[in-house]
Amino acid sequence: MTPSPGRPTEAMPQFEMHATGVEGATEGTERMEVSMGPHHPSTHGVFRMDVELEGETITKLKPVFGYLHRNHEKIAESTSYLGSMPYTDRLDYFNSMTNNWAYALSVEKLAGIEVPERAEYIRVITAELTRLQNHVSLIGFLVQDMGALGTPLMYAFRERERILDLFESLSGARMMCNYMRFGGCRCDVSADWIKQAQSVVEAFPQFLDEFEALISENEVLMARSQHVGILKPELAIDAGVAGPVLRATGVNYDLRKVDGYGIYDRFQFRVPLGDHGDVYDRYMIRVLEMRESVKILQQALAEIPNGDYVNPKAKLRGFRPPPGEAYGRIEAPKGELGFYLISDGSPKPYRYRVRPPSLINLTILEDMCLGQTIADAVIILGSIDIVLGEVDR
Amino acid sequence: MENEKAILPEVQQIADAINAAVKNAGVTVSINPSPAEQHSLLLFPTKARECAQWLKAESPWQLDYLSNVSGNDWPEDAITKQTPKQPVKDAGEEPMHPCLEAVYHLYSIRQSLGPIIIRMRTENRSDKVELPSLTPIWRSAELQEREIFDLYGIHFEGHPDLRRLLMWDEFEDHPMRRDYVEPDDYDYEPTPHGDVLKKSLTQQEGTV
Amino acid sequence: MIGKGILKGMVETARNLTGSFHDPDRLTTVEYPEQKIPAKENARNFPFLIYDGDDWETGLRCVSCQICEKECPPQCIYIEKDKEKKPDFLGKMQMQPKIFDIDVSVCMGCQICVEVCPFESIRMDNDFEYAGSDRFKSLLLTKDQLAKSNKYYHSIHPTEAQETDEIRVQKREDHLAKEKAKAEKLAKAKKEAASKAALSKAETAKEE
Ligand code: SF4
Ligand code: SF4
Repeated sequence: MTPSPGRPTEAMPQFEMHATGVEGATEGTERMEVSMGPHHPSTHGVFRMDVELEGETITKLKPVFGYLHRNHEKIAESTSYLGSMPYTDRLDYFNSMTNNWAYALSVEKLAGIEVPERAEYIRVITAELTRLQNHVSLIGFLVQDMGALGTPLMYAFRERERILDLFESLSGARMMCNYMRFGGCRCDVSADWIKQAQSVVEAFPQFLDEFEALISENEVLMARSQHVGILKPELAIDAGVAGPVLRATGVNYDLRKVDGYGIYDRFQFRVPLGDHGDVYDRYMIRVLEMRESVKILQQALAEIPNGDYVNPKAKLRGFRPPPGEAYGRIEAPKGELGFYLISDGSPKPYRYRVRPPSLINLTILEDMCLGQTIADAVIILGSIDIVLGEVDR
Repeated sequence: MENEKAILPEVQQIADAINAAVKNAGVTVSINPSPAEQHSLLLFPTKARECAQWLKAESPWQLDYLSNVSGNDWPEDAITKQTPKQPVKDAGEEPMHPCLEAVYHLYSIRQSLGPIIIRMRTENRSDKVELPSLTPIWRSAELQEREIFDLYGIHFEGHPDLRRLLMWDEFEDHPMRRDYVEPDDYDYEPTPHGDVLKKSLTQQEGTV
Repeated sequence: MIGKGILKGMVETARNLTGSFHDPDRLTTVEYPEQKIPAKENARNFPFLIYDGDDWETGLRCVSCQICEKECPPQCIYIEKDKEKKPDFLGKMQMQPKIFDIDVSVCMGCQICVEVCPFESIRMDNDFEYAGSDRFKSLLLTKDQLAKSNKYYHSIHPTEAQETDEIRVQKREDHLAKEKAKAEKLAKAKKEAASKAALSKAETAKEE
């Protein structure tokens, strides 16, 4: 075979040998162990994958974590119920609003606290805004992992910034909102804020169109992500996978529909499902979910009633739920986020457990990566959408 | 919302159904006094795997989705405290003994119902801390059981890969146990006031 | 046609590039230290203590009840009570803090101290540009650094400060009304007692 003109054969002897099978090249490839991480731009945090490679193909992959472990659950056992609320912000630091909600929901179940209607609306609005900003930055990161450096991620962040601005003017902080309280929310939304939120929501579909024009039909994206990291629905259910990753395999399981927690049964929206369960489906699911979230937001912002933003009977200080236990869960942007609480009647929880969607979605990382190349492992991990603050707790 | 709570008679029904289907299952109902009313099924560890298999594959509830696995620690003093302090009272006559506990929250995606809660208890907290692993039945338990092994020290028999999850491999002891004493072998970042300052001062004195 | 998707994306990038020259909406960044985006009204960072009037030492609202110290989740507030009492805005004698430190290297800006304070004396600042080379000197804020005037509070959070002032006015009115009612009751009781005494005097006089 004549080398193509202009190609420096001398400089890349290895490549030529493998490509052409020149005499003297070793048969097959060598087994190699690679430790990806803990400081690696593709691992979305301090996370390590011990990978065994056969050439470029993955034959074994073990996720290793705990680098960010601070025993959040133990800390919560020594603080009051209220005192754990700001710590939940730091679990999945992209989505503090939904973390707050999941925790508040569980405590409300534990203590039997009612939530006023206006507060439920505010919660839906903030949670769906959270979903928008999580998904938009996730797809930014995902295409960045595939090599689209910069541009899509920056467009995504531009949009995320608008939502974070809304959070800041509502709760005072962009990411660590600490906004929800047992029986409602910390402060009321103003009419002005609702107007701002409406304008952000109205502009969002246009941005999505723009983003999809930018990337969705991109041939490189399709080639990289279609038929990569396929997950079968049976395995997904068995492994407790939740959220967009589960729905990308075609399983119709959205807690907003199934549990109908809060007031989600009042809104018209659909649950997008994938059918291949590959990385591209996981990407598309998020885009479609954002479109549905926009619908929910439009309805909620238009219908929000007047009233209390917090149950006036709910106590801030000296809060002691009756003895017992409760498990509450919500559909967080990353999957099913649950809190399991045991009260012994004292002001501190006896047991406080977080069901972290990011951690449990990692159960099937190896199954998805086996037989794929190492470059695919990066985007498969990216498509699961993990946040290490939640994985390690 | 209706399928949110497993109402007590239903839980009793499930317990009866398991007892009828699995020989010597001995499942009892553990009552949850809180307004959440999520009562649970207490399984015998030796029969737990069979019961779980039945619940998943053959029972009319088809509990195919294991959502959450949690460890609990019940040392002596937590149990002997007066009744209002004791969270989960057993319906059976047998009072609770000091133990480690694993709690599983099950759902059915096909029938969208749940949570059905099952719990298992070890014999004691020191040397008989084995429980059967339910990972062969629900893969979802894989990492969560590893976490419980790590933080509580429950030994799950039949788990495919029982290693520490969050703490490093050389670490001893189980930090989530209620009587865990943190080691005194690291440098404290001194704070301006309080216990940590005292600790760090004594530490500095010790090193001088 | 292969490449169509990429072309479509390129068109989008070009549109954004040209757009950024004339559409301020597409130009989203600022050169930070020289330019600053104005702070949102609710923006919060670290707490500060409010004082009324001009002298921070006498006007400090804090009565060192230590509720915030107890509720602060990471325990970064440290208070020591003074022995002397000073009158507060209602004229009640109240304790003053002798030491009030907030360790801002630990504080996470969660605002829980603000929520639990029953005397409207601690509020959130929006100054985020803290830097220092010494762990204790520059990041441990003491009472004099924390004290900021109510005027300052009005300048950073006008709406909230207005509400706080209204609450205080209301409290004062309630207090005065209560005092008045108390005084009236006292006067009435006195009067009654006096008339009773007079009556009984008269009666005893009659008897005699
Ligand atoms: S700031 Fe408020 S809560 Fe804290 S000690 Fe002073 S008065 Fe009490
Ligand atoms: S803002 Fe939060 S962390 Fe900071 S002093 Fe107040 S309660 Fe403590």
